[in-house]
Amino acid sequence: MLRKGLAIAALGLALVGGPALAAGSQKEPRTVAWSFSGPFGKFDRAQLQRGFKVYREVCAACHSMNLMSFRNLGQKGGPFYDPKYPNPNDNPYVKTIAKDFEVSDIDPETGDVIKRPATPADRFPNPYPNEAAARAGNGGALPPDFSTLSKARKGGADYVYSLMTGYGTPPAGLEVPSGQYYNPYMLGDVSAFWKGEGYAPKGGFIAMPPQLTPDKVSFDDDTKSTISQQAKDVAAFMAWASEPKLEERKAFGVGAMIYLTILSGLLYVSYRRIWRNVAH
Amino acid sequence: MSGHSNYVPKTGFERWLDARLPVARLAYDSLIDFPTPKNLNYWYTFGGILALCLGIQLATGIVLAMHYVPHVDHAFASIERIMRDVNYGWLVRYMHSNGASMFFIAVYAHMFRGLYYGSYKAPRELLWILGCVIYLLMMATAFMGYVLPWGQMSFHGAVVITNLFGALPIIGESITTWLWGGFAVDNATLNRFFSLHYLMPFMIAGVVILHIWALHVTGNNNPTGVQVQSKADTVPFHPYYTVKDGFAIAVFMLMFAAFVFFNPNALGHPDNYIPANPLVTPAHIVPEWYFLPFYAILRAVPDKLMGVLLMFGAIAVLFILPWLDTSRVRSLRYRPTTRMYFFIFVVACFVLGFCGGRLPDEHVIPGLKTFQLLDADLNSMVWLSRFATAYYFAYFLIVLPVMGLSETPLDQPKSISEPILSPSAALPAGAAASPEKRG
Repeated sequence: MLRKGLAIAALGLALVGGPALAAGSQKEPRTVAWSFSGPFGKFDRAQLQRGFKVYREVCAACHSMNLMSFRNLGQKGGPFYDPKYPNPNDNPYVKTIAKDFEVSDIDPETGDVIKRPATPADRFPNPYPNEAAARAGNGGALPPDFSTLSKARKGGADYVYSLMTGYGTPPAGLEVPSGQYYNPYMLGDVSAFWKGEGYAPKGGFIAMPPQLTPDKVSFDDDTKSTISQQAKDVAAFMAWASEPKLEERKAFGVGAMIYLTILSGLLYVSYRRIWRNVAH
Repeated sequence: MSGHSNYVPKTGFERWLDARLPVARLAYDSLIDFPTPKNLNYWYTFGGILALCLGIQLATGIVLAMHYVPHVDHAFASIERIMRDVNYGWLVRYMHSNGASMFFIAVYAHMFRGLYYGSYKAPRELLWILGCVIYLLMMATAFMGYVLPWGQMSFHGAVVITNLFGALPIIGESITTWLWGGFAVDNATLNRFFSLHYLMPFMIAGVVILHIWALHVTGNNNPTGVQVQSKADTVPFHPYYTVKDGFAIAVFMLMFAAFVFFNPNALGHPDNYIPANPLVTPAHIVPEWYFLPFYAILRAVPDKLMGVLLMFGAIAVLFILPWLDTSRVRSLRYRPTTRMYFFIFVVACFVLGFCGGRLPDEHVIPGLKTFQLLDADLNSMVWLSRFATAYYFAYFLIVLPVMGLSETPLDQPKSISEPILSPSAALPAGAAASPEKRG
């Protein structure tokens, strides 16, 4: 009897308590007034270009973007879109950016593995040859791929911005393990490391040290390169990379809503007219 | 319908066709001339909306299958490729993923309507049961479809749900192995889920045909629940209901479009944009919103097998509903006490959905610590879901059988037309109105 009771209790605990123990907490991200939010939202082209620069000069050292090709940068809605080049592979700016990167290829004559300058059709090269190398280079942690990251986190671009600007001195009483950094916006559970009064603070540990410093990236337009600006720009760039068809989608949507509203109106009028002589 | 047809072939070709294969007659009788009660309200438009939902899911799904790669290494990237590189792929994919949610919104409205107006009662028992079969197939299809993008929620959701079958004694392990095509959720699982996800919508379409066939034998129920008595009670389906359904469909599409174009990921979970990784379990595995009530029932029981049985029981009880409700009155309009219980039932369903999305230990009233009851604090989601689960089953197993026998229903109208016409029109004032009709 006791054994059965214990087994049921354990099962109950596993079913009921399991997810609760595994779940952590995090601070709600701060909201930013993005140019691309709302039904008429569009990306700020200059911001995407600055964001790409932040990605390229800071993030790309560790974070891959496996689903992105250089041509995407010059496609409609992209940071370097130029209406003169409807085919982004012809866009000279994109070509120049691609040329600065080296990608692996097979020499068609000899079959040897060679390195060649990238073309717009190539994917962004991965900073690490494989996952093990990426982990080895980052104290065991795997820097997540950026292709869909913005839509893979609750809060989206707000979250990315908040995380990047959320580093600070950890609250007194929190023992931060070596090689880890406290960030209130990171999903985690720091209660085991909390020696202070009351509840442990919200947030978690992240293996990535703070990356952005004032003037770390020099912007080509005259935007002041603050931490907040860099974070905003790279978050916008990542939002675009997650949803490169956002502008097309929203523009289509406005048309669809107008069409459906008119259609509903016409159908309602027809309905009233057809039913006018029927008592119901 | 009763076999009578008003179809008159007009052209030579139609006469030729009608003598050989009367498809034009079938279409005329069931979509144009079909006599429909004239008092159907907007709750009755969800049938048409559901037909459209099925059509949209089939059409977008067939296009998606042209581009999708059912392989653990390529599935995630192939979905993203559809959204990035296929012309209007984002539209097709977002219509399909949000379309599933729209389908369930419509089916739940359709089912609540059937429950309220007693559309499951004789002679519509089979019509209702066929609807339950469609709902069950929809759930299986939606679950397998959610696995296909092979994101974190896809994978871990598949692990959790397929493992439920493992709770069954003796056959459980064999069933899970058979579902997985191996000893874990892997490529074989993804492949068979894709195959079945493509097959099941056509099974749904088949049962939908039976559902409509059964509907056309018994005719529509209506808000009064009173059977059609004469031609005065009905109008032809076209143009009266084609235009009313059309209007409702257009409004429904407005809501659908608002999600697809402006909030395409609002109903999904962000974790599903992280490629599946068997070694990393998401902090909180939750199914899609339309399964949350059942997920709450599952978690309300501290025993896995009992939880699984209760969860399936929540659907099974719908199948025997026509024989649980003992009342001879169909519409809850005329059953005021049962109607009250019905509205509590609707609230209980929403409460279950709410609990299913929360952690079981979470407080319902934040910050209030009450007392420990068995395995959890009384002020917790798990206890709230237990109360709601108990009510869910009590509604079907106690309220409906007992109320049917004990409740005195209000007077029902003699016919559909009666409550429509004003009393003065129906009974000339002070005239020799047949007194036996006064109620």
